Amino acid sequence: MTSIGTGYDLSASTYSPDGRIFQVEYANKAVENSGQDPSHSTAIGLRVKDGIILAVEKLVHSKLLIPEANRRIQTLDRHLGLATAGLLADGRQLANKARDESANFRDSFRSPAPVKYIADRLGSYIQVYTLYSSVRPFGISTIIGGVDQDGPSLFVIEPSGVFFGYHGAAVGKGRQLAKTELEKLKLSDLSMKQAVLEAARIIYLVHDDSKEKTFELEMSWVGNDTNGLHVPVPKDLLSEAEQKAKAALEDFE
Amino acid sequence: MDHIDMHRLKQGEVNLGTSIMAVQFVGGVVIGADSRTTTGSYIANRVTDKLTFLHDHIYCCRSGSAADTQAIADFGHYYLQMQAQVMGSAPSVLTAAAIMEKMCYQNKDQLSAGIIVAGWDKTGPSVYNIPLGGGLFRQPWAIGGSGSTYVYGYCDATYQEGWGKDETVNFVKNTLALAMSRDGSSGGCIRMCVITEDGVERKFIPGDQLPRFWEGKEVLGEGVQNPLKTNVLFMKA
Repeated sequence: MTSIGTGYDLSASTYSPDGRIFQVEYANKAVENSGQDPSHSTAIGLRVKDGIILAVEKLVHSKLLIPEANRRIQTLDRHLGLATAGLLADGRQLANKARDESANFRDSFRSPAPVKYIADRLGSYIQVYTLYSSVRPFGISTIIGGVDQDGPSLFVIEPSGVFFGYHGAAVGKGRQLAKTELEKLKLSDLSMKQAVLEAARIIYLVHDDSKEKTFELEMSWVGNDTNGLHVPVPKDLLSEAEQKAKAALEDFE
Repeated sequence: MDHIDMHRLKQGEVNLGTSIMAVQFVGGVVIGADSRTTTGSYIANRVTDKLTFLHDHIYCCRSGSAADTQAIADFGHYYLQMQAQVMGSAPSVLTAAAIMEKMCYQNKDQLSAGIIVAGWDKTGPSVYNIPLGGGLFRQPWAIGGSGSTYVYGYCDATYQEGWGKDETVNFVKNTLALAMSRDGSSGGCIRMCVITEDGVERKFIPGDQLPRFWEGKEVLGEGVQNPLKTNVLFMKA
């Protein structure tokens, strides 16, 4: 943190002499920070032949919390889902913005918004928060997935506002390990169900048992198997995936 | 259906008292229109082009006020260019129709416009009807303008699913000729466009080469000229 004390990190509207914007880099830190904060978890997305799978490792910081409450994966529209890593509240606000955008598109053009279009709009929205001294950049990395006329597509949006399309995406604390696992998969050959099993396995693998508290696996999917709707993975498949993930983890260790 | 409310037109406003039509077939759509534009009983233009470009494979047929429908089509063309730039691909016919419908519905109190949007996109050919109040209806075929009221029965009785291009072109040509012969505010020539994946092919039928159907026959006059041939009914009277 050589930037501290130089004065170039006090505002998102100031470049450092070597052309960096420290506030945006700090926002990236907010996404990946380890620690006790339940928002600092990992989210992954898989794009396979017939659909998209989203999965998050949701850390449970209190036994008093109701299981399955405080969902980290949000539905934006019938065909769109969003998962975030980082500040939970920022993710909620972004999802609401995305819902507005998607509804506006439907209203104007009488057809579901393409995933890329929503990613583009959200990217532009997030970017604006890197321009002014009066606001703080978004502390989230976002995975947005869905199925549109051109089939399934998956995007990641960073706190800077840039977005890229992916076959497999991982954001948050455990993203490095998750990415190496995703790279081993033949994503375009997997069925949606196979992808659900793999996603569960990766989340269980990425979770750091020693340091972190208990966690909940949260998964959703959208594609041919769901009739084009973004919905939570059904309970029986979820528990099957969890069992297989645990078994795979024991073999791994 | 698309009767033009003449009382809503301003004094001397140019009117497309029209016969327009669009029909989808297996590989595309055929759209057509007469070519008459009137101000009251005066024909302001006898070779009007009511088939208006919206995007590469999307056209609209205009009926109602010439000024209103030209303005709507211009805005539609502009929005579709924006849409194509933003999305990086050609807009769908549904998108085009939805944009036109929005303008027609939101400004329904100030407009006199009955528009048919038709064209070809990745999903195939389609026809959308946007009648006077600003509704939006997908139809296999649509007719509009003042002349259309005379030929609903003909269309219902004639149209078949599964036609090819030539049959569809003939259907449009015949329907418009029939409408133009009955409707005083329609007439002139027939303009048609065939829109397929490959592009737009224009067709033109001059006013002296329109298809002709039964055009009436003097019956009463014969009896007057030759009293010996008159029938019983006439004699009684």
